[in-house]
Amino acid sequence: MLERLLVPARRALMQVLACGLVALSYAAEAKEAVSASDDPVLEARVLAIAEELRCLVCQNETIAASHADLAVDLRKQIRLQLQQGQSQAQILDFMVARYGDFVLYRPPLKASTVLLWVGPFGLLLVAGGVLVVNVRRHRRGVQTEEWSQAQAQKARALLDDGSGSP
Amino acid sequence: MKKFLIPLAIFLVLVGFLAIGLGLNPREVPSPLINKPAPAFSLPLLDAPEQKLSAQDLRGKVWILNVWASWCVACRIEHPLLVEFSKMGVVPMYGLNYKDKRDDAIGWLNKFGDPYTRSLSDTEGLVGIDFGVYGVPETFVIDKEGVIRFKQIGPVTPEVLRDDIIPLVRKLGA
Repeated sequence: MLERLLVPARRALMQVLACGLVALSYAAEAKEAVSASDDPVLEARVLAIAEELRCLVCQNETIAASHADLAVDLRKQIRLQLQQGQSQAQILDFMVARYGDFVLYRPPLKASTVLLWVGPFGLLLVAGGVLVVNVRRHRRGVQTEEWSQAQAQKARALLDDGSGSP
Repeated sequence: MKKFLIPLAIFLVLVGFLAIGLGLNPREVPSPLINKPAPAFSLPLLDAPEQKLSAQDLRGKVWILNVWASWCVACRIEHPLLVEFSKMGVVPMYGLNYKDKRDDAIGWLNKFGDPYTRSLSDTEGLVGIDFGVYGVPETFVIDKEGVIRFKQIGPVTPEVLRDDIIPLVRKLGA
């Protein structure tokens, strides 16, 4: 398991190092080393879509942020499909068809995800209900509690005693 | 008595959830491709790049697609098992050589043995994307109608082979 995480990570590291070296050696001649296309508008759209998608190799990163090989390939794929005139929705569908809802950082509301969306509010309702019932019961308990004859006498004695002395 | 049982019950339910959670593999993403037609592809053969093989050519037989690469260390773990399995001749196994260099791949097969009926070169990893590959090695079982029936993410273990792959392949009538 760890292997599958480490191998791409190690490769990514090597690539970053390699890119760094290349960038250093060409720094005098060119500024851009790894930029994929010259169109900033297109790149912004690619990033916007990539930020909606989870990288399956490093599962807590978006495809926009990840250096994993697969993320690089998928960004390339997004760019290509945008160039072909596909919409954002079409590209997200393309990803879901291959990797499942898991790739979406915002899972859709459907039968299998209802618990995910409604669960927290359901729990809140239950907790609120328990609270209301408990508070009511407590209040009623205080009001209806009756003193025994002995307790009443004891209290009266104490009060009388207090008022008697100056 | 009753008051004491309620937290205990909640605790036990929690323990139940956590116990199930411990048994799950968080890296295993359920594939939406199971019981869906395998994506169409047409790729050059590893040992004869001028020849191509397509998904269409494999219609009518049960086959296994194993995604591998010479740079993939985990592939080496499952490889001896695949070599053994191929000798049984139960089902044809095709290799998808994923994002690899041709020379490296051929060298790797010469060194560790070649269990594949044929290997296909997916140099750009595009067919890999179509198959939803995200952690090499991955293994798919595809039926006679070209539908994906099983997917293993990560190395095939003897247990998976014995309990899942071989029974399934037999059931599908390889």
